[in-house]
Amino acid sequence: MLAPTLVVIGVFVVYPIVGTGYLSLTSWDGFSEIKKWVGLGNYTRLFRDPAFLNSLWVTVLYGAGVCVAGVVSGLGIAVLLNGAFRGRGVYRAVFFLPVVTSSIAAATVWRYVFGDTGVLDAVLRFLHLPAPNWLGDPSLALVSLVLLTAWKSLGLNVVLYLTALQTLPADVYEAAAVDGASRWQQLRRITVPLLAPMTFFVVIEGLITSFQSFDLVYALTGGGPLGGTETLGFLTYREAFRLSHFGYGAAVAYTAFALVLGVTLIQWRLGGRERWSS
Amino acid sequence: MSSVTTTPVPRPATVARPTGRTAPVLRQLLLLALAVVVVAPFAWMVTTSLKDYADVYRPPYLWPQEFHVGNYGRAWDAAPFAGYYVNSLIMTGGILVGHVMLDTLAAYAFARLRFPLRNTLFLVLVATMLVPQFVTVLPAYDLVIRLGWYDSYAALIVPRMADVFGIVVLRAFMASIPAELDDAARLDGAGPWRSLWSVTLPLCRPALATVGMFSFLYAWNDFLWPLLVTSDDTHRTIQLGLSTFSSKYGTYPELLMAGTVTAAVPALVIFLFLQRAFIRGVASTGLK
Repeated sequence: MLAPTLVVIGVFVVYPIVGTGYLSLTSWDGFSEIKKWVGLGNYTRLFRDPAFLNSLWVTVLYGAGVCVAGVVSGLGIAVLLNGAFRGRGVYRAVFFLPVVTSSIAAATVWRYVFGDTGVLDAVLRFLHLPAPNWLGDPSLALVSLVLLTAWKSLGLNVVLYLTALQTLPADVYEAAAVDGASRWQQLRRITVPLLAPMTFFVVIEGLITSFQSFDLVYALTGGGPLGGTETLGFLTYREAFRLSHFGYGAAVAYTAFALVLGVTLIQWRLGGRERWSS
Repeated sequence: MSSVTTTPVPRPATVARPTGRTAPVLRQLLLLALAVVVVAPFAWMVTTSLKDYADVYRPPYLWPQEFHVGNYGRAWDAAPFAGYYVNSLIMTGGILVGHVMLDTLAAYAFARLRFPLRNTLFLVLVATMLVPQFVTVLPAYDLVIRLGWYDSYAALIVPRMADVFGIVVLRAFMASIPAELDDAARLDGAGPWRSLWSVTLPLCRPALATVGMFSFLYAWNDFLWPLLVTSDDTHRTIQLGLSTFSSKYGTYPELLMAGTVTAAVPALVIFLFLQRAFIRGVASTGLK
Protein backbone atom coordinates (compact mmCIF):
# COMPACT_ATOMS: atom_id res chain seq x y z
CA MET A 1 0.00 0.00 0.00
CA LEU A 2 2.87 2.27 0.80
CA ALA A 3 4.99 1.17 -2.13
CA PRO A 4 3.77 3.56 -4.86
CA THR A 5 4.18 6.59 -2.60
CA LEU A 6 7.62 5.52 -1.44
CA VAL A 7 8.74 4.94 -5.02
CA VAL A 8 7.54 8.36 -6.23
CA ILE A 9 8.86 10.29 -3.22
CA GLY A 10 12.05 8.24 -3.13
CA VAL A 11 12.87 8.69 -6.81
CA PHE A 12 11.69 12.27 -7.35
CA VAL A 13 12.30 13.87 -3.94
CA VAL A 14 14.71 11.96 -1.69
CA TYR A 15 17.17 10.89 -4.38
CA PRO A 16 17.29 14.43 -5.86
CA ILE A 17 18.10 15.93 -2.45
CA VAL A 18 21.21 13.78 -2.31
CA GLY A 19 21.76 14.21 -6.06
CA THR A 20 21.88 18.00 -5.78
CA GLY A 21 24.56 17.64 -3.12
CA TYR A 22 26.60 15.48 -5.49
CA LEU A 23 26.05 17.80 -8.46
CA SER A 24 27.20 20.77 -6.38
CA LEU A 25 30.63 19.12 -6.21
CA THR A 26 30.91 18.89 -10.01
CA SER A 27 31.13 21.32 -12.89
CA TRP A 28 28.40 19.52 -14.86
CA ASP A 29 26.71 21.53 -17.62
CA GLY A 30 23.37 19.68 -17.58
CA PHE A 31 23.80 17.47 -20.67
CA SER A 32 27.34 16.05 -21.06
CA GLU A 33 28.13 12.43 -20.24
CA ILE A 34 30.92 13.41 -17.89
CA LYS A 35 30.35 15.10 -14.59
CA LYS A 36 33.73 16.54 -13.69
CA TRP A 37 34.53 16.47 -9.96
CA VAL A 38 35.60 19.87 -8.60
CA GLY A 39 35.36 19.24 -4.86
CA LEU A 40 34.29 22.31 -2.93
CA GLY A 41 35.32 24.57 -5.81
CA ASN A 42 31.76 25.77 -6.49
CA TYR A 43 31.29 26.73 -2.85
CA THR A 44 34.50 28.73 -2.59
CA ARG A 45 33.57 30.46 -5.83
CA LEU A 46 30.13 31.34 -4.45
CA PHE A 47 31.39 33.68 -1.80
CA ARG A 48 33.46 35.64 -4.31
CA ASP A 49 30.69 35.81 -6.89
CA PRO A 50 28.99 39.25 -6.97
CA ALA A 51 25.84 37.69 -8.50
CA PHE A 52 25.49 35.28 -5.57
CA LEU A 53 26.27 37.89 -2.91
CA ASN A 54 23.77 40.25 -4.53
CA SER A 55 21.17 37.48 -4.66
CA LEU A 56 21.77 36.60 -1.01
CA TRP A 57 21.29 40.23 0.01
CA VAL A 58 18.19 40.58 -2.20
CA THR A 59 16.71 37.42 -0.68
CA VAL A 60 17.37 38.60 2.88
CA LEU A 61 15.75 42.00 2.18
CA TYR A 62 12.87 40.34 0.36
CA GLY A 63 12.35 37.86 3.21
CA ALA A 64 12.42 40.63 5.82
CA GLY A 65 9.97 42.72 3.79
CA VAL A 66 7.58 39.82 3.24
CA CYS A 67 7.64 38.90 6.95
CA VAL A 68 7.05 42.44 8.22
CA ALA A 69 4.31 43.08 5.64
CA GLY A 70 2.76 39.67 6.31
CA VAL A 71 2.65 40.04 10.08
CA VAL A 72 1.37 43.64 10.08
CA SER A 73 -1.29 43.17 7.40
CA GLY A 74 -2.32 39.69 8.55
CA LEU A 75 -2.60 40.64 12.20
CA GLY A 76 -4.24 44.01 11.51
CA ILE A 77 -6.93 42.63 9.24
CA ALA A 78 -7.53 39.59 11.45
CA VAL A 79 -8.16 41.90 14.44
CA LEU A 80 -10.61 43.93 12.33
CA LEU A 81 -12.35 40.74 11.21
CA ASN A 82 -12.43 39.11 14.62
CA GLY A 83 -15.88 39.03 16.15
CA ALA A 84 -19.36 38.44 14.85
CA PHE A 85 -20.78 40.98 12.40
CA ARG A 86 -22.55 41.09 9.09
CA GLY A 87 -20.41 40.58 6.01
CA ARG A 88 -17.50 39.00 7.86
CA GLY A 89 -17.49 35.87 5.67
CA VAL A 90 -17.58 37.97 2.50
CA TYR A 91 -14.58 40.03 3.60
CA ARG A 92 -12.66 36.91 4.55
CA ALA A 93 -13.32 35.39 1.11
CA VAL A 94 -12.31 38.63 -0.64
CA PHE A 95 -8.99 38.78 1.23
CA PHE A 96 -8.42 35.15 0.30
CA LEU A 97 -8.94 35.56 -3.47
CA PRO A 98 -5.29 36.42 -4.28
CA VAL A 99 -4.12 33.21 -2.54
CA VAL A 100 -5.93 31.00 -5.04
CA THR A 101 -4.96 33.11 -8.06
CA SER A 102 -2.07 31.67 -10.04
CA SER A 103 1.21 33.51 -9.48
CA ILE A 104 1.65 34.03 -13.19
CA ALA A 105 -1.78 35.59 -13.62
CA ALA A 106 -1.26 37.74 -10.51
CA ALA A 107 2.17 38.97 -11.59
CA THR A 108 0.95 39.61 -15.15
CA VAL A 109 -1.76 41.92 -13.80
CA TRP A 110 0.55 43.61 -11.29
CA ARG A 111 3.11 44.32 -13.98
CA TYR A 112 0.52 46.64 -15.48
CA VAL A 113 -0.41 48.04 -12.08
CA PHE A 114 3.24 48.99 -11.46
CA GLY A 115 4.11 49.84 -15.07
CA ASP A 116 5.01 53.41 -16.03
CA THR A 117 1.62 53.85 -17.69
CA GLY A 118 0.00 51.80 -14.94
CA VAL A 119 -2.86 52.30 -12.54
CA LEU A 120 -0.73 52.94 -9.46
CA ASP A 121 1.10 55.89 -11.01
CA ALA A 122 -2.17 57.24 -12.38
CA VAL A 123 -3.59 57.25 -8.85
CA LEU A 124 -0.41 58.84 -7.44
CA ARG A 125 -0.45 61.56 -10.11
CA PHE A 126 -4.12 62.22 -9.41
CA LEU A 127 -3.17 62.78 -5.75
CA HIS A 128 -0.29 65.04 -6.88
CA LEU A 129 2.27 62.63 -5.45
CA PRO A 130 5.50 61.60 -7.19
CA ALA A 131 4.91 58.69 -9.59
CA PRO A 132 8.12 56.66 -9.69
CA ASN A 133 9.18 54.04 -12.21
CA TRP A 134 8.34 51.05 -9.99
CA LEU A 135 9.81 48.27 -12.09
CA GLY A 136 12.64 50.25 -13.65
CA ASP A 137 14.65 50.95 -10.50
CA PRO A 138 16.33 47.97 -8.73
CA SER A 139 15.29 48.87 -5.18
CA LEU A 140 11.78 49.97 -6.13
CA ALA A 141 11.36 46.75 -8.11
CA LEU A 142 12.14 44.83 -4.92
CA VAL A 143 9.57 46.93 -3.06
CA SER A 144 7.06 46.10 -5.81
CA LEU A 145 7.86 42.41 -5.46
CA VAL A 146 7.33 42.59 -1.69
CA LEU A 147 3.98 44.37 -2.20
CA LEU A 148 2.86 41.74 -4.72
CA THR A 149 3.92 38.88 -2.44
CA ALA A 150 2.19 40.49 0.55
CA TRP A 151 -0.99 40.91 -1.49
CA LYS A 152 -0.78 37.31 -2.68
CA SER A 153 -0.34 35.77 0.80
CA LEU A 154 -2.54 38.19 2.72
CA GLY A 155 -5.52 35.83 2.96
CA LEU A 156 -3.41 33.00 4.30
CA ASN A 157 -2.00 35.15 7.11
CA VAL A 158 -5.43 36.57 7.93
CA VAL A 159 -6.96 33.12 8.27
CA LEU A 160 -4.04 31.85 10.38
CA TYR A 161 -4.27 34.85 12.73
CA LEU A 162 -8.06 34.57 12.92
CA THR A 163 -7.73 30.96 14.02
CA ALA A 164 -5.27 31.99 16.71
CA LEU A 165 -7.43 34.94 17.83
CA GLN A 166 -10.35 32.62 18.43
CA THR A 167 -8.35 30.63 20.97
CA LEU A 168 -7.53 33.67 23.13
CA PRO A 169 -9.20 33.62 26.59
CA ALA A 170 -12.07 36.11 26.90
CA ASP A 171 -11.66 36.56 30.68
CA VAL A 172 -8.26 38.26 30.27
CA TYR A 173 -9.91 40.95 28.14
CA GLU A 174 -12.76 41.32 30.61
CA ALA A 175 -10.27 41.79 33.44
CA ALA A 176 -8.32 44.34 31.38
CA ALA A 177 -11.51 46.23 30.53
CA VAL A 178 -12.47 46.32 34.23
CA ASP A 179 -9.02 47.75 35.00
CA GLY A 180 -9.67 50.50 32.46
CA ALA A 181 -7.38 49.39 29.62
CA SER A 182 -8.24 51.00 26.29
CA ARG A 183 -8.79 48.97 23.13
CA TRP A 184 -5.35 49.96 21.87
CA GLN A 185 -3.69 48.95 25.16
CA GLN A 186 -5.51 45.61 25.06
CA LEU A 187 -4.25 45.03 21.53
CA ARG A 188 -0.67 45.93 22.39
CA ARG A 189 -0.39 44.34 25.83
CA ILE A 190 -2.57 41.26 25.46
CA THR A 191 -3.36 40.32 21.86
CA VAL A 192 0.06 40.79 20.29
CA PRO A 193 2.02 38.93 23.02
CA LEU A 194 -0.49 36.08 23.13
CA LEU A 195 -0.29 35.70 19.37
CA ALA A 196 3.51 35.32 19.43
CA PRO A 197 3.49 31.59 18.54
CA MET A 198 1.38 32.27 15.45
CA THR A 199 3.64 35.18 14.53
CA PHE A 200 6.62 32.81 14.60
CA PHE A 201 4.76 30.49 12.29
CA VAL A 202 3.82 33.31 9.88
CA VAL A 203 7.43 34.54 9.88
CA ILE A 204 8.80 31.08 9.07
CA GLU A 205 6.23 30.61 6.32
CA GLY A 206 7.17 34.04 4.96
CA LEU A 207 10.89 33.23 4.96
CA ILE A 208 10.40 29.88 3.28
CA THR A 209 8.11 31.49 0.69
CA SER A 210 10.63 34.20 -0.10
CA PHE A 211 13.58 31.82 -0.34
CA GLN A 212 11.58 29.62 -2.71
CA SER A 213 9.97 32.42 -4.64
CA PHE A 214 10.25 31.80 -8.34
CA ASP A 215 6.98 32.26 -10.23
CA LEU A 216 6.33 35.80 -9.01
CA VAL A 217 9.91 36.90 -9.74
CA TYR A 218 9.86 35.24 -13.16
CA ALA A 219 6.62 36.89 -14.25
CA LEU A 220 6.96 40.30 -12.55
CA THR A 221 10.57 41.30 -13.16
CA GLY A 222 12.52 38.31 -14.51
CA GLY A 223 15.03 38.93 -11.71
CA GLY A 224 15.87 42.42 -12.89
CA PRO A 225 16.50 45.22 -13.28
CA LEU A 226 20.26 44.72 -12.75
CA GLY A 227 19.60 41.71 -10.51
CA GLY A 228 17.58 43.87 -8.13
CA THR A 229 14.99 41.14 -7.59
CA GLU A 230 17.09 38.04 -8.23
CA THR A 231 16.25 35.79 -5.27
CA LEU A 232 18.28 32.65 -4.57
CA GLY A 233 15.55 30.45 -6.06
CA PHE A 234 15.68 32.45 -9.25
CA LEU A 235 19.49 32.49 -9.36
CA THR A 236 19.49 28.67 -9.12
CA TYR A 237 17.20 28.54 -12.16
CA ARG A 238 19.23 31.07 -14.13
CA GLU A 239 22.59 29.39 -13.45
CA ALA A 240 21.34 25.88 -14.19
CA PHE A 241 18.85 26.32 -17.00
CA ARG A 242 19.89 29.49 -18.77
CA LEU A 243 23.68 29.37 -18.36
CA SER A 244 24.03 25.55 -18.25
CA HIS A 245 25.93 25.70 -14.95
CA PHE A 246 24.17 22.78 -13.27
CA GLY A 247 26.98 22.14 -10.79
CA TYR A 248 27.17 25.76 -9.75
CA GLY A 249 23.37 26.08 -9.63
CA ALA A 250 23.28 23.05 -7.34
CA ALA A 251 25.75 24.75 -5.00
CA VAL A 252 23.53 27.87 -4.90
CA ALA A 253 20.50 25.69 -4.15
CA TYR A 254 22.27 23.81 -1.37
CA THR A 255 23.56 26.98 0.27
CA ALA A 256 20.09 28.54 0.18
CA PHE A 257 18.64 25.34 1.62
CA ALA A 258 21.15 25.40 4.48
CA LEU A 259 20.13 28.99 5.23
CA VAL A 260 16.40 28.15 5.26
CA LEU A 261 17.03 25.19 7.55
CA GLY A 262 19.22 27.28 9.84
CA VAL A 263 16.64 30.05 10.15
CA THR A 264 13.87 27.52 10.77
CA LEU A 265 15.85 25.84 13.53
CA ILE A 266 16.72 29.15 15.20
CA GLN A 267 13.08 30.26 15.08
CA TRP A 268 12.01 26.93 16.46
CA ARG A 269 14.46 27.17 19.35
CA LEU A 270 13.46 30.75 20.06
CA GLY A 271 9.91 29.79 20.83
CA GLY A 272 7.78 28.76 17.91
CA ARG A 273 7.79 25.32 19.48
CA GLU A 274 4.24 25.32 20.84
CA ARG A 275 2.87 26.02 17.39
CA TRP A 276 5.00 23.36 15.70
CA SER A 277 4.11 20.64 18.16
CA SER A 278 0.38 21.27 17.86
CA MET B 1 -13.69 20.71 38.58
CA SER B 2 -14.65 22.97 41.45
CA SER B 3 -17.25 24.96 39.55
CA VAL B 4 -19.47 21.95 38.88
CA THR B 5 -21.80 22.91 41.71
CA THR B 6 -23.00 26.15 40.13
CA THR B 7 -26.14 25.73 38.07
CA PRO B 8 -25.51 26.30 34.37
CA VAL B 9 -26.94 29.60 33.22
CA PRO B 10 -28.78 29.40 29.89
CA ARG B 11 -26.99 31.44 27.26
CA PRO B 12 -28.82 34.53 26.03
CA ALA B 13 -30.17 33.72 22.58
CA THR B 14 -28.78 36.87 20.98
CA VAL B 15 -25.11 36.13 21.61
CA ALA B 16 -24.92 33.05 19.44
CA ARG B 17 -26.25 34.67 16.27
CA PRO B 18 -23.31 35.96 14.26
CA THR B 19 -25.43 37.57 11.56
CA GLY B 20 -27.53 39.71 13.87
CA ARG B 21 -25.00 42.45 14.54
CA THR B 22 -23.43 45.19 12.54
CA ALA B 23 -19.83 46.18 13.18
CA PRO B 24 -18.94 49.72 14.27
CA VAL B 25 -18.81 52.20 11.40
CA LEU B 26 -15.07 52.81 11.60
CA ARG B 27 -14.31 49.13 11.38
CA GLN B 28 -16.62 48.69 8.40
CA LEU B 29 -15.04 51.62 6.60
CA LEU B 30 -11.51 50.34 7.19
CA LEU B 31 -12.41 46.85 6.00
CA LEU B 32 -14.19 48.23 2.97
CA ALA B 33 -11.18 50.35 2.02
CA LEU B 34 -8.81 47.40 2.41
CA ALA B 35 -11.11 45.11 0.43
CA VAL B 36 -11.23 47.66 -2.40
CA VAL B 37 -7.41 47.76 -2.51
CA VAL B 38 -7.21 43.94 -2.58
CA VAL B 39 -9.85 43.58 -5.27
CA ALA B 40 -8.69 46.49 -7.46
CA PRO B 41 -6.18 44.42 -9.50
CA PHE B 42 -8.91 41.86 -10.27
CA ALA B 43 -11.29 44.61 -11.27
CA TRP B 44 -8.64 46.19 -13.48
CA MET B 45 -7.88 42.80 -15.06
CA VAL B 46 -11.52 42.15 -15.96
CA THR B 47 -12.37 45.64 -17.18
CA THR B 48 -9.19 45.96 -19.24
CA SER B 49 -9.98 42.64 -20.91
CA LEU B 50 -13.24 44.20 -22.11
CA LYS B 51 -11.83 47.51 -23.34
CA ASP B 52 -10.89 48.71 -26.77
CA TYR B 53 -7.10 48.97 -27.24
CA ALA B 54 -7.30 52.76 -27.51
CA ASP B 55 -9.09 53.06 -24.14
CA VAL B 56 -6.75 50.92 -22.03
CA TYR B 57 -4.70 53.78 -20.63
CA ARG B 58 -7.47 56.32 -20.59
CA PRO B 59 -9.69 57.11 -17.64
CA PRO B 60 -12.06 55.87 -16.34
CA TYR B 61 -9.59 53.11 -15.59
CA LEU B 62 -11.97 50.72 -13.97
CA TRP B 63 -14.85 50.88 -16.40
CA PRO B 64 -14.90 50.22 -20.16
CA GLN B 65 -16.70 52.73 -22.40
CA GLU B 66 -18.04 49.86 -24.51
CA PHE B 67 -17.77 46.15 -23.79
CA HIS B 68 -15.49 44.33 -26.22
CA VAL B 69 -16.22 40.69 -25.41
CA GLY B 70 -14.54 39.87 -28.71
CA ASN B 71 -11.13 40.39 -27.04
CA TYR B 72 -11.49 36.90 -25.59
CA GLY B 73 -11.95 35.32 -28.99
CA ARG B 74 -9.04 37.32 -30.39
CA ALA B 75 -6.76 36.25 -27.53
CA TRP B 76 -7.71 32.60 -27.99
CA ASP B 77 -7.05 32.90 -31.73
CA ALA B 78 -3.69 34.56 -31.18
CA ALA B 79 -2.30 31.67 -29.13
CA PRO B 80 -3.27 27.98 -28.77
CA PHE B 81 -5.13 28.61 -25.50
CA ALA B 82 -7.55 25.72 -26.10
CA GLY B 83 -4.61 23.29 -26.29
CA TYR B 84 -3.02 24.80 -23.18
CA TYR B 85 -6.33 24.35 -21.39
CA VAL B 86 -6.57 20.69 -22.36
CA ASN B 87 -2.98 20.09 -21.20
CA SER B 88 -3.69 21.80 -17.89
CA LEU B 89 -6.81 19.70 -17.43
CA ILE B 90 -4.92 16.46 -18.16
CA MET B 91 -2.06 17.37 -15.84
CA THR B 92 -4.38 18.57 -13.06
CA GLY B 93 -6.59 15.50 -13.42
CA GLY B 94 -3.63 13.13 -13.31
CA ILE B 95 -2.10 14.78 -10.26
CA LEU B 96 -5.46 14.96 -8.50
CA VAL B 97 -6.24 11.28 -9.06
CA GLY B 98 -2.66 10.35 -8.11
CA HIS B 99 -2.83 12.32 -4.87
CA VAL B 100 -6.20 10.95 -3.83
CA MET B 101 -5.23 7.34 -4.53
CA LEU B 102 -1.62 7.21 -3.36
CA ASP B 103 -2.18 9.47 -0.35
CA THR B 104 -5.13 7.40 0.80
CA LEU B 105 -3.18 4.16 0.57
CA ALA B 106 -0.15 5.58 2.34
CA ALA B 107 -2.23 7.30 5.01
CA TYR B 108 -4.10 4.07 5.70
CA ALA B 109 -0.84 2.15 6.01
CA PHE B 110 0.52 4.71 8.48
CA ALA B 111 -2.71 4.97 10.45
CA ARG B 112 -3.75 1.33 10.68
CA LEU B 113 -1.07 -1.17 9.68
CA ARG B 114 1.92 -2.28 11.73
CA PHE B 115 5.22 -2.69 9.95
CA PRO B 116 8.88 -2.14 10.77
CA LEU B 117 10.24 1.44 10.56
CA ARG B 118 6.71 2.83 10.32
CA ASN B 119 7.40 5.94 12.42
CA THR B 120 10.83 6.53 10.90
CA LEU B 121 9.41 6.40 7.37
CA PHE B 122 6.64 8.80 8.33
CA LEU B 123 9.15 11.24 9.82
CA VAL B 124 11.30 11.07 6.69
CA LEU B 125 8.25 11.86 4.55
CA VAL B 126 7.28 14.80 6.76
CA ALA B 127 10.85 16.10 6.67
CA THR B 128 10.73 16.23 2.86
CA MET B 129 8.02 18.90 3.22
CA LEU B 130 10.68 21.30 4.52
CA VAL B 131 12.79 20.95 1.38
CA PRO B 132 12.37 23.83 -1.07
CA GLN B 133 11.51 22.84 -4.63
CA PHE B 134 14.68 24.29 -6.16
CA VAL B 135 16.77 21.80 -4.15
CA THR B 136 15.22 18.84 -5.97
CA VAL B 137 14.54 20.11 -9.50
CA LEU B 138 18.01 19.72 -10.98
CA PRO B 139 18.41 15.93 -10.52
CA ALA B 140 14.67 15.41 -11.07
CA TYR B 141 14.98 17.20 -14.41
CA ASP B 142 18.01 15.05 -15.29
CA LEU B 143 16.00 11.90 -14.47
CA VAL B 144 13.12 12.99 -16.70
CA ILE B 145 15.55 13.55 -19.58
CA ARG B 146 17.16 10.15 -19.08
CA LEU B 147 13.76 8.43 -18.91
CA GLY B 148 12.95 10.03 -22.26
CA TRP B 149 9.97 11.81 -20.74
CA TYR B 150 10.84 15.36 -21.82
CA ASP B 151 7.76 16.97 -23.40
CA SER B 152 5.28 14.33 -22.22
CA TYR B 153 2.34 14.04 -19.87
CA ALA B 154 4.33 11.48 -17.87
CA ALA B 155 6.89 14.18 -17.02
CA LEU B 156 4.13 16.55 -15.95
CA ILE B 157 2.27 14.04 -13.78
CA VAL B 158 4.32 11.09 -12.48
CA PRO B 159 6.99 12.94 -10.45
CA ARG B 160 4.24 14.73 -8.49
CA MET B 161 1.81 11.84 -8.05
CA ALA B 162 2.34 11.51 -4.30
CA ASP B 163 2.23 14.37 -1.85
CA VAL B 164 3.12 14.32 1.80
CA PHE B 165 0.72 17.07 2.77
CA GLY B 166 -2.24 14.91 1.75
CA ILE B 167 -0.83 11.90 3.59
CA VAL B 168 -0.49 13.93 6.79
CA VAL B 169 -4.05 15.29 6.54
CA LEU B 170 -5.59 11.89 5.71
CA ARG B 171 -3.59 10.02 8.32
CA ALA B 172 -4.68 12.45 11.05
CA PHE B 173 -8.28 12.11 9.92
CA MET B 174 -8.12 8.31 9.81
CA ALA B 175 -6.55 8.25 13.26
CA SER B 176 -9.62 10.10 14.56
CA ILE B 177 -11.94 7.34 13.29
CA PRO B 178 -12.36 4.63 15.96
CA ALA B 179 -10.07 1.72 15.10
CA GLU B 180 -12.75 -0.68 16.37
CA LEU B 181 -14.70 -0.23 13.12
CA ASP B 182 -11.68 -1.38 11.21
CA ASP B 183 -10.96 -4.23 13.64
CA ALA B 184 -14.54 -5.46 13.34
CA ALA B 185 -14.25 -5.64 9.56
CA ARG B 186 -10.92 -7.45 9.88
CA LEU B 187 -12.48 -9.98 12.31
CA ASP B 188 -15.20 -10.61 9.74
CA GLY B 189 -12.44 -11.68 7.38
CA ALA B 190 -11.82 -8.50 5.42
CA GLY B 191 -8.22 -7.84 4.42
CA PRO B 192 -6.64 -4.37 4.73
CA TRP B 193 -7.68 -3.40 1.18
CA ARG B 194 -11.27 -4.42 1.75
CA SER B 195 -11.58 -2.69 5.08
CA LEU B 196 -9.96 0.47 3.69
CA TRP B 197 -12.38 0.48 0.75
CA SER B 198 -15.63 -0.31 2.57
CA VAL B 199 -15.09 1.00 6.11
CA THR B 200 -12.48 3.76 6.30
CA LEU B 201 -12.78 5.42 2.91
CA PRO B 202 -16.49 6.32 3.06
CA LEU B 203 -15.85 8.01 6.41
CA CYS B 204 -12.93 10.02 5.02
CA ARG B 205 -14.94 12.06 2.50
CA PRO B 206 -14.39 15.46 4.16
CA ALA B 207 -10.63 14.92 4.39
CA LEU B 208 -10.51 13.64 0.80
CA ALA B 209 -12.37 16.75 -0.31
CA THR B 210 -9.78 18.94 1.44
CA VAL B 211 -6.88 17.07 -0.17
CA GLY B 212 -8.59 17.20 -3.57
CA MET B 213 -9.14 20.95 -3.34
CA PHE B 214 -5.55 21.69 -2.42
CA SER B 215 -4.25 19.33 -5.12
CA PHE B 216 -6.40 20.98 -7.77
CA LEU B 217 -5.15 24.45 -6.90
CA TYR B 218 -1.55 23.29 -6.66
CA ALA B 219 -1.64 21.59 -10.05
CA TRP B 220 -3.67 24.22 -11.91
CA ASN B 221 -1.42 27.07 -10.75
CA ASP B 222 1.89 25.20 -10.96
CA PHE B 223 4.55 26.82 -13.13
CA LEU B 224 8.21 25.95 -12.49
CA TRP B 225 8.14 22.19 -13.14
CA PRO B 226 6.11 22.37 -16.38
CA LEU B 227 8.43 25.16 -17.50
CA LEU B 228 11.46 22.89 -17.04
CA VAL B 229 10.16 19.66 -18.58
CA THR B 230 8.25 20.95 -21.61
CA SER B 231 9.27 23.11 -24.54
CA ASP B 232 6.55 22.42 -27.02
CA ASP B 233 3.00 23.84 -27.22
CA THR B 234 1.63 20.31 -27.49
CA HIS B 235 2.37 19.74 -23.79
CA ARG B 236 2.51 23.23 -22.33
CA THR B 237 -0.03 24.19 -19.68
CA ILE B 238 -2.13 27.31 -19.41
CA GLN B 239 0.20 29.07 -16.94
CA LEU B 240 3.13 28.58 -19.32
CA GLY B 241 0.97 29.62 -22.23
CA LEU B 242 0.03 32.80 -20.41
CA SER B 243 3.66 33.55 -19.67
CA THR B 244 4.67 33.08 -23.32
CA PHE B 245 1.66 35.08 -24.45
CA SER B 246 2.58 37.97 -22.17
CA SER B 247 6.07 38.23 -23.65
CA LYS B 248 4.62 38.28 -27.18
CA TYR B 249 1.51 40.38 -26.67
CA GLY B 250 2.66 42.60 -23.81
CA THR B 251 1.85 45.65 -25.88
CA TYR B 252 -1.81 44.60 -26.18
CA PRO B 253 -2.99 44.76 -22.56
CA GLU B 254 -6.61 44.06 -23.48
CA LEU B 255 -5.71 40.73 -25.13
CA LEU B 256 -3.23 39.83 -22.42
CA MET B 257 -5.82 40.48 -19.71
CA ALA B 258 -8.38 38.37 -21.57
CA GLY B 259 -5.81 35.56 -21.53
CA THR B 260 -5.06 36.16 -17.86
CA VAL B 261 -8.73 35.99 -16.91
CA THR B 262 -9.09 32.63 -18.66
CA ALA B 263 -5.99 31.27 -16.88
CA ALA B 264 -7.10 32.41 -13.43
CA VAL B 265 -10.83 31.70 -13.63
CA PRO B 266 -11.05 27.92 -12.96
CA ALA B 267 -9.23 28.20 -9.63
CA LEU B 268 -11.25 31.26 -8.63
CA VAL B 269 -14.56 29.55 -9.47
CA ILE B 270 -13.64 26.42 -7.52
CA PHE B 271 -12.65 28.61 -4.58
CA LEU B 272 -15.88 30.63 -4.65
CA PHE B 273 -17.94 27.42 -4.58
CA LEU B 274 -15.92 25.65 -1.88
CA GLN B 275 -14.85 28.78 -0.05
CA ARG B 276 -15.97 27.77 3.45
CA ALA B 277 -14.52 24.26 3.28
CA PHE B 278 -11.35 25.68 1.82
CA ILE B 279 -10.75 28.27 4.51
CA ARG B 280 -11.58 25.71 7.18
CA GLY B 281 -8.96 23.44 5.60
CA VAL B 282 -6.32 26.18 5.73
CA ALA B 283 -7.21 27.09 9.30
CA SER B 284 -6.98 23.50 10.53
CA THR B 285 -3.86 22.46 8.66
CA GLY B 286 -2.04 25.78 8.67
CA LEU B 287 -0.68 25.15 5.21
CA LYS B 288 -0.98 26.30 1.65
